Amino acid sequence: MRKVWWKILCILLLSVTIIVGLLMPVPALNILNETIRNLYFHVPMWFGMMLLFTVSLVYAIRFLKTQDLKFDIYSEQFAKVGVLFGSLGMVTGMEWARFTWGEFWSNDPKQLASALSLLIYFAYLALRGSVPDYDKKAKISAVYNVFAYFIMIPLIMILPRLTASLHPGNGGNPGFGDLAAEMRPVFYTAVIGWFLLGIWIATLAIRFQLVARKHLLSTHNVEMDVFKK
Amino acid sequence: MLKHFTSYFTKLLVCLSALIFPLSAMAQDSNAVAMADKLRSDGKIYVVVTVIFTIFLGIILYLFTIEKKIKKIEQNQK
Repeated sequence: MRKVWWKILCILLLSVTIIVGLLMPVPALNILNETIRNLYFHVPMWFGMMLLFTVSLVYAIRFLKTQDLKFDIYSEQFAKVGVLFGSLGMVTGMEWARFTWGEFWSNDPKQLASALSLLIYFAYLALRGSVPDYDKKAKISAVYNVFAYFIMIPLIMILPRLTASLHPGNGGNPGFGDLAAEMRPVFYTAVIGWFLLGIWIATLAIRFQLVARKHLLSTHNVEMDVFKK
Repeated sequence: MLKHFTSYFTKLLVCLSALIFPLSAMAQDSNAVAMADKLRSDGKIYVVVTVIFTIFLGIILYLFTIEKKIKKIEQNQK
């Protein structure tokens, strides 16, 4: 978490993404035109969001197992950065949709499903804010986190694929899958790079929270030790 | 008389071309002058790349400064 090598890796990957992603030749497709390059910026927001929510879920489960409030802070901050990424994915997606589908919002199944899953995680943050007692807050939100995750996955990954969608690759629209051979390396670079940036931001927030709530953490863990004895 | 006229005409032509040619050569030269044209080629897309990259570097620098501050607080607490 405090090592510097993966931050440098993150900077390198994202530099490659920005420079190569904007300058390399891309397949010329109808409707998409040059906006196909958004694949390196819009889509990694969603991939990053899901990966960050996965990390958040892991820490929620670890909190439920150990009752260590440290893991609750981890879980909360990763979820928050996930929500940030998701919101950016939503806004960039709407901007992209305006110039390819004609409207900012066209009730596309994937738009609706990702909006729903974002709302579920907004509710997670609202839930956290509404419980004053820290122990209760941590437990309730950890359980909610598990539910939210397993609602989000079918909402984003499965349901939109079962119906026609305006998204590339769905419902007969030109997709990336069959022709993206030359775009794939940059795309994976972008996903890893943006995900690392998300982790970076989350770890900064976590370290800040750990310092800010040091007193709470130490008294809580002392109490927990007494409780265990 | 005619011969005189043609020689006069060719002289004029030579003079004019001598006047114009360097001009046109210069005009070509000014196109060919080596400048930092890389950033202006391809519809100036490189400018956009530069701008986005600058913003990205700015954000990264900001993250590093936040990290520095947090490190300081962490060390103070110990």
